[in-house]
Amino acid sequence: MLGEGILKGMAETARNFFGSYVSKERLTTVEYPEERIATIEAARVFPFLVYDGADWEAGMRCVACQICEKECPPKCIFIEKSKDKKPDYVGKQQFYPARFDIDVSVCMSCQICVEVCPFEAIKMDNEFELATSDRFGGLLYDRKELARSNEYYHSIHPTEASEVDARLNEEKAKVEAKAKAAAAAAAAKAAATVPPAPAAGGGS
Amino acid sequence: MATSSFFTNLDQIFILLRDWLVSFLPAAMRPAAGVVLGVIAIVCVFPGLFALTTVFERKGLARIQNRLGPNRVGPYGLFQPVADGIKSLTKEDVVPLSANAVVHFLAPLVLVVTVFMGFAVLPMGRNMVLVDMDAGLLFFFAMGAATELSVFMAGWSSRNKYSLLGAMRAVAQMISYEVVLLLSAVSVVMITGSLSLPKIVDAQNTYTGIFPHWYIFTPWGLAGFLMYAIAATAETNRSPFDLPEGESELVAGYHTEYSGFKFALFFLGEYLAMFAISGLGTTLFLGGWSAPFSFLTFIPSWIWFFSKVMLSIFVFIWMRGTLPRLRQDQLMNFAWKFVLPYTLLNLLVTALWRFMGEGWLRWVVCTAILLAAYVAMGRLSMRNQHFGPRRYRYAE
Repeated sequence: MLGEGILKGMAETARNFFGSYVSKERLTTVEYPEERIATIEAARVFPFLVYDGADWEAGMRCVACQICEKECPPKCIFIEKSKDKKPDYVGKQQFYPARFDIDVSVCMSCQICVEVCPFEAIKMDNEFELATSDRFGGLLYDRKELARSNEYYHSIHPTEASEVDARLNEEKAKVEAKAKAAAAAAAAKAAATVPPAPAAGGGS
Repeated sequence: MATSSFFTNLDQIFILLRDWLVSFLPAAMRPAAGVVLGVIAIVCVFPGLFALTTVFERKGLARIQNRLGPNRVGPYGLFQPVADGIKSLTKEDVVPLSANAVVHFLAPLVLVVTVFMGFAVLPMGRNMVLVDMDAGLLFFFAMGAATELSVFMAGWSSRNKYSLLGAMRAVAQMISYEVVLLLSAVSVVMITGSLSLPKIVDAQNTYTGIFPHWYIFTPWGLAGFLMYAIAATAETNRSPFDLPEGESELVAGYHTEYSGFKFALFFLGEYLAMFAISGLGTTLFLGGWSAPFSFLTFIPSWIWFFSKVMLSIFVFIWMRGTLPRLRQDQLMNFAWKFVLPYTLLNLLVTALWRFMGEGWLRWVVCTAILLAAYVAMGRLSMRNQHFGPRRYRYAE
């Protein structure tokens, strides 16, 4: 009959209307500033720089290779290479960024800098409450503001951070093993070259 | 006896208050001052109701969609209209360069003024009618028709394609449904034999046992009320008949080029029209200010009137939360092919009811005719309708 559908629809909306006062499950709204849901692990907002250990300046993984600066599509990264060098996590002497600025008002959160970084030095943060009253200086983060500890990285992206740590440890172990092997070889060589000396002398 | 006089005084409290205030003035000024006080009361009460309704509408719609609705400004978001009012007062008033400035300025004023005029003849309680006109119903419809003028003034003077399209739609829709609105009210006039709204209420304010003689409880009254409700929804541009301001197609329709307080006036006018037309529907079919049961007559009449109006407003909101917007051709088909013929038939049935006299026979005959016509017209008009996914003739 004519109007049957309208009555059915009205019944449905009435059920919603009264039901939303009775059952809490119907209301999916999270009233944000007071209550919030935890961000999911894959959430990403803007990049940050990872450092190992306690001192952000000494432990910074970035070696100022400038790959991310070149790859960044909106060109929001600015890097200035240092004149001197400092040892990296395996102990090799590397450059470090004297300046590393990211303009987050330009950044589009594409994560390309993270993908291209060969040193696992830049990662995505999930901090989103970044409102500031200064839209120029306040949104231009320097390397101190960008530096976050490896522990923080573990706290926001645990799975990814463990993978990264495993890889870095493996590399470190490889380098150490190589160094050990080299040291052993050098020792062996030294051992091998030292004893024959008298024999050689005796032989001549 | 003391309690009954207390309730009588409570029922007439506004009249007594007015008379007491007026008694301070010299006798020559009293009638005019009484009218001014009545106007002030109307001009204060209905915008206040409008402010409350905007919150309740937003909260009601939110609940229908399983949301919370506004709850930030004040307790339960009740001060939201204050914030909205301050916002609309402080916004810039933009008038398009090519608009006709005078007409553009006048349109919202004409709307609000004509809508307020309608309240003059509505009986809002026992003896609570500002002007007891013999042809009150006619006056009300005349004022209601004048709102169409303001809508077209707004749309035409803005010099904007959306405004003009919205105004065209509005005029087409309002004229189509105005006919139905009038004809459905005519059946009430046929029974009461009076165009005076207080007389129409008096005619319904009698009881059989505990049940009232409201016109909605008769077959022709129910049919008339349904047709009136449909026409009233269309007349006030409410969903599902909100084509003139369909925001997904026409930005905002005829008030696209209005901002700041002029827009607020349009908004106010729209809601006041809703109150007025609900008040008239209440008066015509729902017994006006009379109580729903004879043992509840001690409750003041104005409480009954306003609760009936607010109930109608709730149904308006409920429909808005349920029904999608019609298409222009569906709107016109519905008006001219279903609602209008049915209202005309209802006039015949009302005449039959009037001349068949008392008795159970007229109940059976009138109900049968109306029900059969409803089913038959529904079947006929839905015969060629396809339901399901839309078929495209050329695009596939």
